[in-house]
Amino acid sequence: MSHADDHDSSRRDFLFYATGGAGAVATGAAVWPLVNQMNPSADVLALASIRVDVSLVDPGTQITVLFQGQPVFIRQRTEDEIALAREQDADIDSFPDPLARNANLPDDTPALDENRVLQPPEGSAAPVGAWLIQSGVCTHLGCVPVGEGAGDFSGWFCPCHGSHYDASGRIRRGPAPENLPIPAARFIDETTIELG
Amino acid sequence: MSGIPHDHYDPKSGAEKWLHRRLPIVGLMYDTLMIPTPKNLNWMWIWGVVLTFTLVMQIVTGVVLVMHYTPHVDMAFASVEHIMRNVNGGHMIRYIHQNGASLFFVAVYAHIFRALYYGSYKSPREVTWIIGILMFVVMMGTAFMGYVLPWGQMSFHGTAVITGLFGTIPFIGEAIQTWLLGASAVGQPALNRFFSLHYLLPFLLLGLTIVHIWAFHTTGNNNPTGVEVRRGSKEEAEKDTLPFWPYFVIKDLFALAVIMTVFFAVVGFMPNYLGHPDNYIEANPLATPTHIVPEWYFLPFYAILRAFDQDVWLVIAVNWVTFGIVDAAFFGVIAMFGAIVVMALAPWLDTSSVRSGRYRPMFKWWFALLVITFFVLMWAGAMPAEGIYPYIALIGSTYWFAYFLIILPLLGVIEKPLPAPATIEDDFNAHYAPKSGGAAPALEPAE
Amino acid sequence: MFRKLALSTAIALGLAAPGAAIAAGGVGYVEDYEFSFEGPFGSYDRMQLQRGLQVYTEICASCHGLKFVAFRNLSDGGGPALPDEQMRAYAELYEVWDPTLFDGEGDFRPGVPQDHFPESLLNTAPDLSLMAKARAGFSGPYGTGMAQLFRGMGGAEYIASLMNGYVEEPDCAVGDEAMDGLFYNEAFGAGAVPENCVDDHGHSTIKGTYISMSPPLWGDDVEFIDGAPTDVESLSKDVAAFLMWTAEPKLEARKQAGLTGVIFLTVLSVLLYLTNKRIWAPHKPKARTEDA
Repeated sequence: MSHADDHDSSRRDFLFYATGGAGAVATGAAVWPLVNQMNPSADVLALASIRVDVSLVDPGTQITVLFQGQPVFIRQRTEDEIALAREQDADIDSFPDPLARNANLPDDTPALDENRVLQPPEGSAAPVGAWLIQSGVCTHLGCVPVGEGAGDFSGWFCPCHGSHYDASGRIRRGPAPENLPIPAARFIDETTIELG
Repeated sequence: MSGIPHDHYDPKSGAEKWLHRRLPIVGLMYDTLMIPTPKNLNWMWIWGVVLTFTLVMQIVTGVVLVMHYTPHVDMAFASVEHIMRNVNGGHMIRYIHQNGASLFFVAVYAHIFRALYYGSYKSPREVTWIIGILMFVVMMGTAFMGYVLPWGQMSFHGTAVITGLFGTIPFIGEAIQTWLLGASAVGQPALNRFFSLHYLLPFLLLGLTIVHIWAFHTTGNNNPTGVEVRRGSKEEAEKDTLPFWPYFVIKDLFALAVIMTVFFAVVGFMPNYLGHPDNYIEANPLATPTHIVPEWYFLPFYAILRAFDQDVWLVIAVNWVTFGIVDAAFFGVIAMFGAIVVMALAPWLDTSSVRSGRYRPMFKWWFALLVITFFVLMWAGAMPAEGIYPYIALIGSTYWFAYFLIILPLLGVIEKPLPAPATIEDDFNAHYAPKSGGAAPALEPAE
Repeated sequence: MFRKLALSTAIALGLAAPGAAIAAGGVGYVEDYEFSFEGPFGSYDRMQLQRGLQVYTEICASCHGLKFVAFRNLSDGGGPALPDEQMRAYAELYEVWDPTLFDGEGDFRPGVPQDHFPESLLNTAPDLSLMAKARAGFSGPYGTGMAQLFRGMGGAEYIASLMNGYVEEPDCAVGDEAMDGLFYNEAFGAGAVPENCVDDHGHSTIKGTYISMSPPLWGDDVEFIDGAPTDVESLSKDVAAFLMWTAEPKLEARKQAGLTGVIFLTVLSVLLYLTNKRIWAPHKPKARTEDA
C-alpha cells in the first residue's frame, strides 16, 4: 500500500512540476514579444546603414549627409591638407583626446591621422589619407561645427563655444572633450561609401 | 470578506505580523484566493476568469500598440500599417488585440446568459448584476472607440452612424452629437478623444471588475442549483465548498488554456475572419461603403435599433402621443438602450422563488427561446434592412422585451418548480457518488 | 512630374464621372483560384511573387501605387526574397523626391532600399498595398464560414478574377452611351450598370458591372526569365499573389507563430486537464473508484 502511494505521489509531483513549468514557459513566451516590440523596428533598422554617392566629392570639397538623424561630414582632403594633418600628429602628446575615436578600429587606437582616415578603394586616384569621414556633431554640446579650414588649426570650428578641431577633426582647443567620432564606413565601390 | 465561515489568514512570523498590523494586504489576498467556493460549479463558471484574463491581455497589448500608434487623421491608418509591417512582432500583437475584442464578447455573452439561466442576478446578488451590466456597457463603448482608431472606412462611417444615434434625441440631440465629436462631423477631434477614452475606459473596467468580485465574494458565488451554501458553522460550510485555490484556479486555467488554443488558431490562421474588408481602406469622407455593418458583437443590438421603423404601430402610436417628439429614429435608440435596461432590471422582474433554471420546467423553454432570439437578432443585424429582415428583427426584438417584461414576472406566478436538492453537498454527491452505494462515502481527506 | 500628375488626374476624373453617376449593381463573380498561401500551412511561392512584382512593375505601376511597401521589403524573408543587390538595383529604377537635397530645396534622386514605392499616379487608381485584404472576395465575413481557414480570405482570388473578368458586353448594354469609356467586368461589383440591364425592382440582371479601368492584361504582356506561362490567367494569378503579399507581408511568420501557439497551448491544456483531474480526485468519489 505505502509503496503504491509513493509511486502515486511521485507521479503526481511530476505532473504538478510539468504543469507549472509549462505555465512558466507560456508566461515567458508571452512576455518576450512585449519586450522585443520596443527594440528598433524594421524601418528604423533599415536606416542603420546608408549608401552615399561620393563621385562628386572632389579633392578639397566636403558634403554633409544625414545619417541616423545626425549630420556626417564626408571630405576628400587635398594633398596639402593631408600633409598638414600629418604634421599635426607631432603634437599628439598635448592632445586633449589622445584616442582616434574610430568605430572601424579598436577603442584604444591612438589619434594619429592615419587612424582616422578611410582607405581609398583599390584603383582610386585619391592619395591615401584623402577620405576623412566624421560625425558633424561637436562633442561638447552637440552644435554643428563649420569646416573648410576653419579655426586656429585649419580644420573645423564650433561657433557655439569655440572648440577648435584640426585638419584631422581632432579637438585641440576649447571645451569639447573628444575628437569628432568616425562612424563605421567602407567603400562599396569606387564612388559609393556605406555608412553604418 | 465572505459571509461564508472559513479560515482566515494568520500571520506567523514577526515580519508578517508587522506588515499585517499596518497593511493587511496578505490577508486580503489570502481571503480572496482561499474563498470558499461551491464545489458543484459547472463549466459555465469559467467565464469570469476568462474575462479577467482577456481584460488584462487587452490592456497589455493595447499599451504596447499605443507605443507605435499615432492618433491623427493623416497618420492613424499608416501607423497601424507600420505596426503590421515594421514593429517587431507587431502584426501578432495587433491581431491579438483585434481578435481579443471578439474573445471578450464571446466570453461576456456566455457569462451573461449563464447568470440569466442560473438566476445569478436574483437576491442577494443584484448589486453584482448591476455592476456587471454597467461593465458590459463600458465594454461596448470601449470596443466601439477602439474600432475607430485604425481609421479605415468602417471606422469612419461607423463612427458617423453611432454618434448619429445621439443626434436623434429630441431638441438637444444635435448639440450632444456635436459635443461628442467636437465638430459637426467625424474628424480629428473625434479620433483624438476616442483614442484618449479607449485608453482610459479599460482601467475603469479593471476597477469595476474588483468591485464586481468584491460584491459576489460578499454574497458568495451562486451555483448550478441556486441553493445557498450552508453558513451555520465552518464544518457545515466546508461540506458545500472547496477553496478557490487550487481547485477552481486550476479548473479555470484549464478552460482558459483550451479557449486560448482556439483563439490562437484564429489569430494565426484567419485573423481577419471577424473583421470587415472595408476597414483596410483608409477613411474617406467622400465615399461611403455600400453596406455599413457593425462588428458582430453589436449586431443583436443593432438589429433592435433598426427593427422599429416608422411602419410599426407602436412607433406610430408613441409618435402621436408625444406630438411627434419621439420619432422612429429616436424610438429605435430608446429600444436599443432599453434592451440593456430591461436586462439590468431582471432581479426585480423575475418573481420566481426558485433561483436556478434547472428546477424551472417552463422557464427553461422560454430561456432557450431567448438564446435563439439573440442569435437570430445577430443574424438579422448583419442583413440589409429590406425585405423580410426587418420583420424578423422586429419579432426578435419584441420577444427580447417580452421575456423580461412579461414572461419573467408571469412565470414566477404560474410555474410549479421542481424540487431542488437541500444542499450543494447533495447535488455534488449525486453526480459523483458511486452508483451502487446509496449514501455518499466519507470523503478522503485532502492531502 | 507634377504636370504629368495633374494631367492624369484630370483625365481620370473625367473617366470616372459616368461611373459615379449610376448606382452600384451586382455583386460580381469571383473564381476560387488555388494559391500556395492558402490553408494553415500555406506559404508564398517566391518565384510567383517575383513574377508578380514584374507584372506589377511593367503594367500596374503606370497608374497604381504601393505606398505602404518599402523597396527593402522585397528582400525580406517571407516575401519575394530578392537578393540584396537586385533589390537595390530595382529601387534605383524609381525617382524619389528628397527634400533634404539641393540645400534643402529638394531634388529627385534614385530610390534606395528605405524608400517606399510611389503613391498612385491617378486619383482614381486606388493604392494597391492593401487591396487583397480590402477586397476579400468571398469566404470572408460573408462567406462560407470556416472556408477562410482552408481557402484563404479571397482577396487574391478577387484580384485574379478582376484581371480575368473583361468579357463580352451583355446584350442589354449594347448601344448604351453612358457606358462609353467604361469596360464591362464580370468580377467587378461596385461599378455602373446600364439602365437596360436593371429589372423592375431595381436589381441588376447582369453578373458584373462597368469599371473605368481598361483591360490591363492581354496575354504575353511581360516576358519571364523563368519561362513561366504568360497567358492572362497566369499573369493574373501571379500579380494577385504578389498583392496578397503586399497586403499581408507577415503571413508566413503569423502562421508559424499561430502553429507554435496552438501546439504549445494544446500541451498546456492536457497538462492542466490532468492536474485538474488529479487535485479533484479525492473529492469526487465516483471518479476515484473508476480510476482505481
